Amino acid sequence: MSGRRSRSRQSSGTTRISEDQINDLVIKLQQLLPELRDSHRSDKVSAARVLQDTCNYIRNLHREVDDLSERLSELLANSDTAQAALLRSLLTQ
Amino acid sequence: MASPTYLNSTPTDLVRRKKRQSASSSAASSRRNNAASATAGDGESHARWRSEKQQRSYSAKLVQALQQVRLSSSAAETPSPTAKKRGKAVREAADRALAVSARGRTLWSRAILANRIKLKFRKQKRPRPAAIPAVITTGSSSSSSRRWKKQRVTVVKLNKKSIPTVNRKVRVLGRLVPGCKKESVPVILEEATDYIQALEMQVRAMKSLAELLSGSGSAPPPI
Repeated sequence: MSGRRSRSRQSSGTTRISEDQINDLVIKLQQLLPELRDSHRSDKVSAARVLQDTCNYIRNLHREVDDLSERLSELLANSDTAQAALLRSLLTQ
Repeated sequence: MASPTYLNSTPTDLVRRKKRQSASSSAASSRRNNAASATAGDGESHARWRSEKQQRSYSAKLVQALQQVRLSSSAAETPSPTAKKRGKAVREAADRALAVSARGRTLWSRAILANRIKLKFRKQKRPRPAAIPAVITTGSSSSSSRRWKKQRVTVVKLNKKSIPTVNRKVRVLGRLVPGCKKESVPVILEEATDYIQALEMQVRAMKSLAELLSGSGSAPPPI
């Protein structure tokens, strides 16, 4: 159906999404990932690899934040010295 | 600076504390601003999330939000909150503070803040299921959006067949970044780069806060 196909071309936007643009973004993303950035593979890492590692990295970060949140909640609930420390940290900044 | 409206009603102590904090931080930040603006050229988001000033500002917001959490949990809707519930409240507070630090420039930060408003509405008005989200979300009436969604799914499948792996993975990535489930590929990639750096800063700030709290909890402070 031509309607669907024209819709799909339209969804790529009035700004044409070029391969180069996407590749640039993927490279930028690669620079952020700790594993791929440090590895001295100057030849191309595949975009799929970068994306997969990005997903894994974000999931890791989410998990770290969850763990830290639990830890913080325990620390806050337990002591009143925690409350005082919070105030202190707020004022010293 | 006006206090953000999403925070619950601020008692006078917090307002006073905020004024003192903003006064001291502005003095320190003006010094650091010169250094930060010098380096912030091309990789603006890099400099932004990695700068010390940003982390301090986030930590301050986080501490304020955490105090709110503490106050509300002791006021107790739940008599004995489980560790997970408390942890979740902390996580939400941290995410909100992070989204505010983004200053509305990114999709994911706006999505986090918008989600909270959606949740608030849904909690208060349960008997009316679909009508309320119409006010906030972008979709119109539920039936028309469902029909629209069906068509959209088939279009996406077409794209998926043409460049299978990369597109599939970008979709997965889009589901991980808040608010990017239905965005186009370059938008998702760009949001992801900013989101990752913001998350890294969040982890750093929460780690240092946890260390600060656990250190003072066990032993008297060294100073």
